[in-house]
Amino acid sequence: MVHRTERLTGRRVLIVTLLLAALLALCIGGGIAFGAGTVNFSSLLPGGSLTEVEHAILLQVRLPRVLAAGLLGGALAVAGVVFQALLRNPLADPYVLGVAGGASIGGVVALLLGLGSVGVMGGAAVPAFAFAGALAALLLIESIATVGGQLTVYSILLTGAIFNSFAAALIYFIQSVASLQQLHEIVFYLMGRVPALGYQELAVLALAIVIVDLAVYTMCRDYNALSLGEEGAMLLGVDVGRTKRFTFVLGSLLTGLCVAVAGLIGFVGLVVPHMLRLVIGPDHRLLLPAAFLGGASFLVLADLAARLLLVPNELPVGVVTALIGGPFFLYLLRTRGRNYAF
Amino acid sequence: MPSSRDTPIQVADLSFDYVGRTVLNDIRLSVGAGKIVGLLGPNGSGKSTLLKIIAGTLPGYRGSVQVAGVEVRSFARGKLARLVAMVQQEPEFSFNYSVLEIVLMGRHPHLAGLAFESAADVEIAHAALDRCGILALGQRPIHELSSGERQRVVFARALAQEPMILLLDEPASFLDIRHQVEIFDIVRELAEVQGCAVLTAVHDLNLAAEYFDQVYLLSDRTIAACGSSGTVLNYANLTRVFETELYVDTNALTGKLLIVPLSGRSRRLLAETRAPRRNGGHQDS
Repeated sequence: MVHRTERLTGRRVLIVTLLLAALLALCIGGGIAFGAGTVNFSSLLPGGSLTEVEHAILLQVRLPRVLAAGLLGGALAVAGVVFQALLRNPLADPYVLGVAGGASIGGVVALLLGLGSVGVMGGAAVPAFAFAGALAALLLIESIATVGGQLTVYSILLTGAIFNSFAAALIYFIQSVASLQQLHEIVFYLMGRVPALGYQELAVLALAIVIVDLAVYTMCRDYNALSLGEEGAMLLGVDVGRTKRFTFVLGSLLTGLCVAVAGLIGFVGLVVPHMLRLVIGPDHRLLLPAAFLGGASFLVLADLAARLLLVPNELPVGVVTALIGGPFFLYLLRTRGRNYAF
Repeated sequence: MPSSRDTPIQVADLSFDYVGRTVLNDIRLSVGAGKIVGLLGPNGSGKSTLLKIIAGTLPGYRGSVQVAGVEVRSFARGKLARLVAMVQQEPEFSFNYSVLEIVLMGRHPHLAGLAFESAADVEIAHAALDRCGILALGQRPIHELSSGERQRVVFARALAQEPMILLLDEPASFLDIRHQVEIFDIVRELAEVQGCAVLTAVHDLNLAAEYFDQVYLLSDRTIAACGSSGTVLNYANLTRVFETELYVDTNALTGKLLIVPLSGRSRRLLAETRAPRRNGGHQDS
């Protein structure tokens, strides 16, 4: 493990980032190598050649799936870090501020309208509806939580939590009027799974996530100062009002994208940032890139487990993340928590 | 009007309302370069609010508050933070940074963009830790420290900020008497050697008498008395503003004021003996 040195330097960020990137590469390799279908890897050796089926399994099925898992895991972990910094609470997760509720409503409505089949808009209707729902929730919550031109942490948190309860009730309502077939689709949508995306869709998702992540990274030192409270950060020269607003919007965009594409995959945004803080410390200049790479690795592995555990069936990856993440989190809390607990 | 170079803090006609309630009314105050000025007054008299307004965290005031000759509300946040440091009464630490990391945050306003602290910044932070006697705590997580140790960390962070103006809100409330003296010795050195203008709220009247050049007594949302600490800190002013009986005498060593609180039992004793002359002879001053 990487021990905390005297202070954070660019060199240390580079080393830890490279180590985590290597870990991610290993996870991606594993995610491609293993799966329900069989690939004879001796054919990858010089002189061998992949059959057409093996070629399709590796490049058309597993690789895009693994890349999607990596992108989603990275985005969720970064969203977790960002909301934890904003709310100054390590127990915040990406879904706490209501945008997830909006995205869920959008996706569920699309399914209720029968737009879930691949034939409609090339299968993009559900994510499109869900993302629209996320944006609507974002605007609604921001306008309600802004009091006297200021976005206060309590009002965002309360508005978000209440909006989520409202969204849950609305979804139960929709489920109770849906047909059995639709109900099945809705339940599976909400459970959270890594979708099969084409390379073009992956490229769009990657571009969006990278842009938002870079925008978030410009505020990393402000997040450090924000841990001293809003007044403490102001005293160090941080424009706290602006930072809070941008952070809320950017974190919500990341969350909205993830829920739109993959439903509710829990625990990544909570467990990964916390694990990393225990090991590398809370400085956001290192924590943000580490969270992206760590979250990506975590979800690639969890998705691999989801594919392998019940062959020929698949588990929803959200179930796996919670089943692995929960106990592991508690283990870390018991063993390392004394030094770097919240 | 004195020049902004000699008088870095100039407050005139300041009033401040908080949710419809007047917290400060008609405040006039100035702090000269190299001076330590005390804010004294009962709980809720507006000391912290006044400090926060000068630090720029409460922009909704009326009147004029100038720092280095510029109105506080028109300062860019980063620029103000390079001039003014404040030690808050109730600092918050929501994540478990190390002591050194917390003190290095004092360099935040001096860094550009995504920069990392340079070796010079670390040098400054180490010097601040050393000056506050907590160099050995550098690698400790902040959540493991006692309240008094944390208070010294916050003070060290303010030092690392290298301010021209230092605002202190009860900086020694958790400190034992030795560390109180150490902190205020550093404050005096900052003022006398570096020309720092210091405005500090304290409750300890003896510390105020010992260290402060000038004192403002706040009472009922406004300034009840101001002037050199030798003239303002007297029996009449203190008992009037704090609304309690005190024993006031002269410190035989320094000639400064010596103030002792009186318990209910001691106050009854005082009333029974009816010997006001024993009360240090300061009733009329």
